[in-house]
Amino acid sequence: MLTYILRRVLQAIPVFFGTTFLIYFMVFAMPGDPIAGLFGDKTPNPAVADALRAQFNLDQPFIMQYLLYMKDFFTGNLGVTFSGQQVSDVLARAFPVTLKLVLMAVVLEFILSVVIGLISGLRKGKFFDNISLVVALVLSSVPVFVAMFVAQYFVGIKWGLAPVTVGADTTWGAMFLPAAVIALTVYVTGMRLMRGSVIESRQADYVRTAYAKGLTHKRIVPVHIARNSLIPVITNTAASFGALIAGTTVTEGIFNIPGIGQVLYQAITQSEVPTVVTFVTILTVIYVIVNILVDLLYAVLDPRIRYV
Amino acid sequence: MSNRSSEHYVAPIEDANVEVDALKLKERKSNLWLDAWRDLRRRPLFYAAVAMVLLVTVMALWPTLFTDVPPNSDCSLSNSNGGAVAGHPMGFTRQGCDIYARVVWGARTSLAVGVLVVAITAVIGIPMGAIAGFFGGKIDSFLSRIGDIFFSIPYFLAAVVVMSVLSDLRSVWTIALAIGGFAWASLARILRAEILQVKNSDYIMASEAVGRGRMSTLMRHALPNSLTPVIVTLTIALGAAIVAEATLSFLGVGLGDTVMSWGNDISKAQTSIRTAPMSLVWPSLALTLTVLAFIVLGELIRDALDPKARARR
Repeated sequence: MLTYILRRVLQAIPVFFGTTFLIYFMVFAMPGDPIAGLFGDKTPNPAVADALRAQFNLDQPFIMQYLLYMKDFFTGNLGVTFSGQQVSDVLARAFPVTLKLVLMAVVLEFILSVVIGLISGLRKGKFFDNISLVVALVLSSVPVFVAMFVAQYFVGIKWGLAPVTVGADTTWGAMFLPAAVIALTVYVTGMRLMRGSVIESRQADYVRTAYAKGLTHKRIVPVHIARNSLIPVITNTAASFGALIAGTTVTEGIFNIPGIGQVLYQAITQSEVPTVVTFVTILTVIYVIVNILVDLLYAVLDPRIRYV
Repeated sequence: MSNRSSEHYVAPIEDANVEVDALKLKERKSNLWLDAWRDLRRRPLFYAAVAMVLLVTVMALWPTLFTDVPPNSDCSLSNSNGGAVAGHPMGFTRQGCDIYARVVWGARTSLAVGVLVVAITAVIGIPMGAIAGFFGGKIDSFLSRIGDIFFSIPYFLAAVVVMSVLSDLRSVWTIALAIGGFAWASLARILRAEILQVKNSDYIMASEAVGRGRMSTLMRHALPNSLTPVIVTLTIALGAAIVAEATLSFLGVGLGDTVMSWGNDISKAQTSIRTAPMSLVWPSLALTLTVLAFIVLGELIRDALDPKARARR
């Protein structure tokens, strides 16, 4: 197990440098003055432009710029946002909120996948199975921002069941609606995995044996069928965790949830490109780290992976 | 030499009553694609998805078949957020433009981005995955590491960066490059895995045994037999690309304001969600149905091409 962990972490190092380099390259190797580019249509304030030039070490050769940027990144010197706050402070404040939102979404996704997948698998080809597939496909095709507006309009505005926006009140209850909408738009993959493995394990020898020795349906379904079908769903849910953290921009923007996504959302809509670059880099790094953790989880759950 | 025949009995040819199976000419021809087609033909959902895809395609190519109202120039603020009237079945936007005309003309942008992204994804992803999987060794490690890097940046975030930096050059081409330039990595992964399985088949060995070169074997035999997941992935990627364009436009880093796009229209309509929800609903509906059609098509093809999945139904 230890060698597996070590190997997996070592593999991630080139990926880590590759991704950060690629983002840096996309921004600073563009033709023309990168600082002017960062401001788009606006005319840069000379003081701000000079500060940015210093922050990104633009007087150095390109590869040195990147290495110095990485050194700053590792020593926690992440620079300041456009509004002058320390990025590390913003991160410390915003990340727990995003984590809370995504955690809730992932738990709901898991419950939906397991419950609906189990019933569909047990009633293969019946009415519920067909309807649940159509519903899941429709939900997964709704773009996140459309889904958020629909939820906001009906649940928040028309029926008044939940706060329309979250704001500073980041309790579990206030964030339930956006988390539920995220879960509804992503559960289709897990649901299909659960359904497939339920159908396969229903025909497995150990299930036939269980019926043969006289166990009731009531006991076989949860203990023999459901439990043995869970592994692919667990791994899929875990894998969606990283993607959801990286993908909360639109959700947090629309529901005004003060997480990382909202910081990025505001930076994008106000074209504050340096802040966009900083937070995309941070989210990518988080995504890489979460994916390593997910791989390690696979190895814990499924011993075969460790010996490949 | 002479007693050899006594050691091994060789039946005279007229004694051996070899029954050759009659060629089963009456039996239906069968291969993977024919089976899949027969399966698809029986599913009503398939026809619905194809009809929707055709509708959007025709709308994108010849919008004037559907509406005579100019989507941009015929706006009048006196109609702002107006409801449906004769000739304007979906009502008006906040700027007083005809929603129906804008929905019709918006199809072109979405489809153009979708098709371009799929083309870029295929052009980069297929060679990367096929060569990595088929040649293995150092080439594989090298190409796969490059793929890992692109795979590890969520492609939506990468597109946000590219589009933010290229704020002066926003067009259908740049947005397609920004999305497709990162989305190819997952296609390459899927194809590589498929090629790895196909590579050890007897027909690949046979092809090389008769003197066909490596590259030619890959092109002629390995690749055509690995295309099923590629087709499925690309169909679904088309839907995903349309969503990505709409989301980028929604965030204001997609296409410029002057371009007709469902994402732009949704973005503009969100400010009046409380008072005039319909100008938000129509473009959202068009977007969702289009994406749904491509995703359903992809899922049905996947199901039809996978005998195991067919058995599960």
